[in-house]
Amino acid sequence: MDIFLQQIINGLVLGSIYALVALGYTMVYGILGLINFAHGDICMIGALTALTVAQALAAMGVPAPLALMLAALAAILVCMMLGATIERAAYRPLRQAPRLAPLITAIGVSILLQYSAALVWGKQYLSMPEIVKPTEIAISGAHLTDLQAFIFLLACAVMAGLLWFIKASRMGRAMRATEQNREVAGLMGVDVDRVIAFTFVLGSAIGAIAGLMVVLYYGIGHYFMGFMLGLKAFTAAVLGGIGNVGGAVLGGLLLGVIESLAAGYIGDLTGGALGSNYRDIFAFLVLIGVLVLRPSGLMGQSTGDRA
Amino acid sequence: MSRLTCLRASPRLVSGIALAFALAGCGQDAPPPKAEAPKAPETLVVKIGSASPLTGPQAHIGIDIRNGVQLAVEDANAAGVEIGGQKVKFELVSEDDEANPTKAATVAQKLVDARVAAVVGHFNSGASIPASKVYADGGVPQISPSSTNPDYTLKGYKTTFRVVAHDGQQGPTLARFAVEKLKAKTIAVIDDSTAYGQGLADNFEATVKAAGAKVVAREHTTDKDTDFKAILTKIKGRKPDLIMFGGIDPQAGPMVKQMAQLGIKAKYIGGDGMQTPNFIKLAGDASEGVMASIPGLPKDQMPGGKQFMEKYKAKFNAEVELFAPMGYDAVMVFIDAMKRAGSADPAKFLPEVGKTKLTGVIGPIAFDDKGDLVNGPITIYVVKGGKWEPLETVTPGGTPAAEAKPAEAPKAEAAAAPAAETKK
Repeated sequence: MDIFLQQIINGLVLGSIYALVALGYTMVYGILGLINFAHGDICMIGALTALTVAQALAAMGVPAPLALMLAALAAILVCMMLGATIERAAYRPLRQAPRLAPLITAIGVSILLQYSAALVWGKQYLSMPEIVKPTEIAISGAHLTDLQAFIFLLACAVMAGLLWFIKASRMGRAMRATEQNREVAGLMGVDVDRVIAFTFVLGSAIGAIAGLMVVLYYGIGHYFMGFMLGLKAFTAAVLGGIGNVGGAVLGGLLLGVIESLAAGYIGDLTGGALGSNYRDIFAFLVLIGVLVLRPSGLMGQSTGDRA
Repeated sequence: MSRLTCLRASPRLVSGIALAFALAGCGQDAPPPKAEAPKAPETLVVKIGSASPLTGPQAHIGIDIRNGVQLAVEDANAAGVEIGGQKVKFELVSEDDEANPTKAATVAQKLVDARVAAVVGHFNSGASIPASKVYADGGVPQISPSSTNPDYTLKGYKTTFRVVAHDGQQGPTLARFAVEKLKAKTIAVIDDSTAYGQGLADNFEATVKAAGAKVVAREHTTDKDTDFKAILTKIKGRKPDLIMFGGIDPQAGPMVKQMAQLGIKAKYIGGDGMQTPNFIKLAGDASEGVMASIPGLPKDQMPGGKQFMEKYKAKFNAEVELFAPMGYDAVMVFIDAMKRAGSADPAKFLPEVGKTKLTGVIGPIAFDDKGDLVNGPITIYVVKGGKWEPLETVTPGGTPAAEAKPAEAPKAEAAAAPAAETKK
């Protein structure tokens, strides 16, 4: 039982990181109908920025909480600027173009970011200094570190904040209006360009937080880390229903738990024929199953021309 | 008259047909025999290839090898080598295989096409094996400084050598150490699904089982993963005394860290791929007490180790990661063979490589008929105070051929090297 509980905890922490990244995919898709494949790499830039700042501050002997705050701040700022720049330079000129053009541009931007990062940070694995020493909390035999609890709670807070923001704020209302119909929203006085730019900036900021969590949790960063993270988060977004913010959260958590359980039990269930390195197969099998039964994802509503 | 001179000029043409050709040739004014070509160029340039991952997660290890090769080439040039009475200048041709088997074959072809005389490489077994066919087809001798998968030398190519002990020796040695010295009864084995990692883990598992210990879990991850919580949680449920990992430091580091977070108290042991300073950086405090074996003697116990490390540091302003001494020695083996053969032509000096009897930086070097290093010692290290310290040196008894039945256990005639004596 404690092992099972432990696997669920592992899955929820991993899933909350996926969910944060998935938010960035799903918001942009909701408003633009564009799958922003560069989003995973924006998270990577955030992660490596945080890592570098934390390294520098740790070397200077800055106290841990302050160093962490500054690292997070730097990562968020860099990612926000990056998100705004990418939107302005790469996607806005293509807004009236056929849908394939921005999609391919997104892949191009992704590769550009990866190799720019390789130039800046090199191609080796970088290690995050252990600025916070995790302490353990035992719950009926399962181990939970305060770091894990912190990651999970922070992710929940960010997600709740975002949901509230979209529901209640003026900008949130403008985002929903743009999502429903960009042209009509524009006619009603919504500055559509500003709303779209804001969506990118917001998604990138959340991505930066996710990136920071990854380096905090695993202690390493790498220029290619955004690829798999982005792929998993995209899967999570599709699983939950792309375009739906609540769906991204659900999809992320679900994917994390499925992966964890699959890796933990796949070997026993198949009598050793499949090892835990096949865990991704299970995650994607679930995705296929959901899409066959509910093509718009768990929480997505079919909107005719989308999904 | 022309007929006679012509015959004399080509005495080997004896058959009738050849003679007829010769006569025809004579008919149109025999060209002056160009036996004495313009005085041989002052120095002969011999290219030495180096292939290892220079980018990607394993770049630090690959660059280390390349640096070793470069150092050897520069040393040889500085010393001034003569082969067959001709002064030789060596030139390094370095290629990046990205630790990728497909890229390795491409790079190998590139080196063969560049007419290198010999190649030091590759780092990964998964890269060395496909590349070995390309070198064999091109007739270029290859010495891997680091590939330990047994299959590498089992393809029957005459061009394939290595200057490390292979997993058929390393895995069982680790296993005997785990069972006999660490008294492990229950063991979990993890590998990274690569030729190197899985080969090492399989060999380890077989020997451990034969020695009577129980393998309570056999798990696999990949060489791209960083999340091992699920696997480790499962292993935790089986309560092993020891966890063995066949893989490289970018996985081993986070894995050890996550073990600590999950409260797993089992000992942790692995192969040479994780015995790097980088591992300690990645694992942080959790690295304390982790053990790893490495083929060869400890860097500072190698006969030429101390001098080599100083030279390396002066040149590259970095510490030796892992295999730079092997890369260095591989070049020296080639040069030695060329000298004995009196030629830098791979076809001529290749047979001499197999007959090598040389004392290099890493110690005595000789090859068996497969191209494996004879009696390569294996050292087990432990992390103590944030540094790898040698714990014990084991020489696998008998010839490497014993790998088929690893249970034969040549009772580790361990020249136990007390860890205390090597302070750095």
